[in-house]
Amino acid sequence: MKFFHLIWSNLKRKKLRTILTLLSIVVAFILFGYLSAIKQALAGGVALAGQNRLWVVHKISIIQSLPQSYKARIERIPGVALATHESWFGGVYQDPKNMFPQIPVMPEEFLEMVPELILPPEQKQAWLETRTGAIVGRKTAERFHFKVGDRIPLQASIWTKTDGSRLWEFDIVGIFDGRDKNTDITPLYFRYDYFDEARQWNKGQVGWYLVRVKDPNQAPEVAKLIDQEFENSDAETKTQPEAAFVQAWVKQIGDITLITATILSAVFFTILLVTGNTMSQSVRERIGELGVLKALGYTNVQALALVLAESCLLAILGGGVGLGIALALIARGDPTGGMLPLFYFPTLDVLAGVGFSLALGVVAGIFPALQAMRLRVADALRRM
Amino acid sequence: MAGPVNLLSQVVSVSKFGLLSIPQRSGSVAAAIFGIAGVVGVLVGVLSMGVGFRKTLLASGSPDSAIVLRSGADSEMVSGFLRENTRVIADAPGIAQSADGPLASAELFVIINLPKRSTGTDANVPMRGVEQAALKVRDKLHLVEGRMFEWGKNEVIVGVGAANAFAGLDLGSKLRVGRREWPIVGIFSAGGGTAESEIWTDATVLQGAYNRGNTFQSVYVKLISPGAFQGFKDALTTDPRLTVKVLRQSEYYAEQSTAVSRLITSLGYLIATLMAIGAVFGALNTMYSSVSARTREIATLRALGFGSGAVVVSVMVESLALALIGGAVGAVLSYLTFNGLHTSTMNWNSFSQITFAFAVTPNLLLQGIVWAVLIGLIGGLFPAIRGARLPIAAALREL
Repeated sequence: MKFFHLIWSNLKRKKLRTILTLLSIVVAFILFGYLSAIKQALAGGVALAGQNRLWVVHKISIIQSLPQSYKARIERIPGVALATHESWFGGVYQDPKNMFPQIPVMPEEFLEMVPELILPPEQKQAWLETRTGAIVGRKTAERFHFKVGDRIPLQASIWTKTDGSRLWEFDIVGIFDGRDKNTDITPLYFRYDYFDEARQWNKGQVGWYLVRVKDPNQAPEVAKLIDQEFENSDAETKTQPEAAFVQAWVKQIGDITLITATILSAVFFTILLVTGNTMSQSVRERIGELGVLKALGYTNVQALALVLAESCLLAILGGGVGLGIALALIARGDPTGGMLPLFYFPTLDVLAGVGFSLALGVVAGIFPALQAMRLRVADALRRM
Repeated sequence: MAGPVNLLSQVVSVSKFGLLSIPQRSGSVAAAIFGIAGVVGVLVGVLSMGVGFRKTLLASGSPDSAIVLRSGADSEMVSGFLRENTRVIADAPGIAQSADGPLASAELFVIINLPKRSTGTDANVPMRGVEQAALKVRDKLHLVEGRMFEWGKNEVIVGVGAANAFAGLDLGSKLRVGRREWPIVGIFSAGGGTAESEIWTDATVLQGAYNRGNTFQSVYVKLISPGAFQGFKDALTTDPRLTVKVLRQSEYYAEQSTAVSRLITSLGYLIATLMAIGAVFGALNTMYSSVSARTREIATLRALGFGSGAVVVSVMVESLALALIGGAVGAVLSYLTFNGLHTSTMNWNSFSQITFAFAVTPNLLLQGIVWAVLIGLIGGLFPAIRGARLPIAAALREL
């Protein structure tokens, strides 16, 4: 610690350069934060997908519906613990731009299937008692100022009601939170019994099934058994683990995610190079002084450590400030105004950022530091 | 004494010092150029993705063609008509006529699961059932390989984009959907429009395969002229037998492109802005070190009677020169890397894949250069002012 003062004075000697270098490191790490958050937003569902959940969809495409009767047949298959279904509603709240998913479900089975949704017990009770009841995720509730007790109208794009209208009304009976940071808390879930009775056509059909297996290790075999059960029927199925299903969705947006990530990595690398160059330049200018220090009795290792410590201090300072600003900015929401539901800076990436800043300090400082270590006093002094 | 010619010659001499000293500062100069090139390259690259996507959708509709959907539907996916409705629509005034009747094609739009060639994961591929007028309704459409499918037969033709992006869509092979097999008999292009992402077959055959009865989802029509649109629209929307929504195809596709374009564009600008801030710091560093490396020279010139204006201008000239080189490098690199690059993404309106190519337009390149110049201006200004304000006596004492 006794050298800290020396290192600090060295950083202060050209304040302007130190500040500019620091600021470019800060910017690089703010960018790194956004890169992580964007990646998280586009691909985040995959990481924490339920390991014991399978998705059963129509083999031709998810837009084809499956019969409600499949539930009983799926539950008879060995290894299946629970099966429930979801469908796609596709309603518009006030303006087509106000997109959020609305999904008819069987409340009790559904809540058992997705323990990651946190709903207060009295709200759950209210949902079971209210036929037109709906629960909505915290994020969407806040976005449109929905409160428990509100009655909200949705204009259906697909589903006509038996009376010929397309206006569906729901009573908000609950607002749910996510157990994990990357639980999607944008959907609105409402009761399938209300949905199926009120719609004009496709009665008795559902969108897809969620299946919980008893043992995650047996998921692939169970998936195969389910598909075999419905082989050669009018509605053949394709069953996948939830992670694979979500992954395929990400890949559908896919190429863009990859390209964006590649571009952003290049960016980050560029800024690191710029910064690294500036840092090594500032060290090179002080060769003469290092010679003096050595003449005063500093060992080679001490000279190396001195230079390296300076560059690491600068990098960690910049990195820390940058990551802090990134965390604060990202917590304020995504820059597209609600198009990315899972936009946040994952803790693991924050730690990786700290690691990167340390690595930057080492990489940028190592060559000048080695130079300082190998410096012969006579040569160095001659340069003064 | 400082006439314009004199100032110019002063600027030239001071700039020369700066430019000639670049090799001694090659590291920091290269870093500044590299930083600016990065900003421009990324800005142009990301935005070219948005432009390419938009271009594909805009290429899909001409102003003299229209699409008819069920009222309240914002895409074909959620629209629906009975055969009676589509006949009424085809008889409306304003539709261009051919020897075989009105240029109106009632169409069916479904989605099938096919693996992407690039990742092997499932993707929603659009499949369209069309009527005979479809080829004339879309004037840019033509076969590039193979032949047209035979009407009434289980045959398909595939858009060039789809053929490139999805596994198994090769001429001569068979497409399996459910328990049916569809021989692929032709590959078509559609002037870069969305149809290139689709698989086409006869609408009546597709109705049978999907148990759709005699229903359709949309009617595509070619109008006599762009001006005939209003009459056509009014005739349909006031017809008591129909509840429809009539759109120019160009408007329909422009609307579809807004969400994705907005996402890409806002992310692109966000990233480029952050990078630009970083690059400004890099440029400032470079120019400050450029000025401080020339402290003595500048002071000597000032002592000889050179004006401070010449110093400011010459520092700015150097900074702008570096910025322009960086900008040009970035623009060229992004053009070489991204222009024409094929990719596909989800079109949320049709819930299916759309294939498109990145488009690096002259406008984007210009935008990139403008950003580079701005970075150069900001990066040069403060160091220039410092250089001009250098106390002459103190600087000379350093000699």
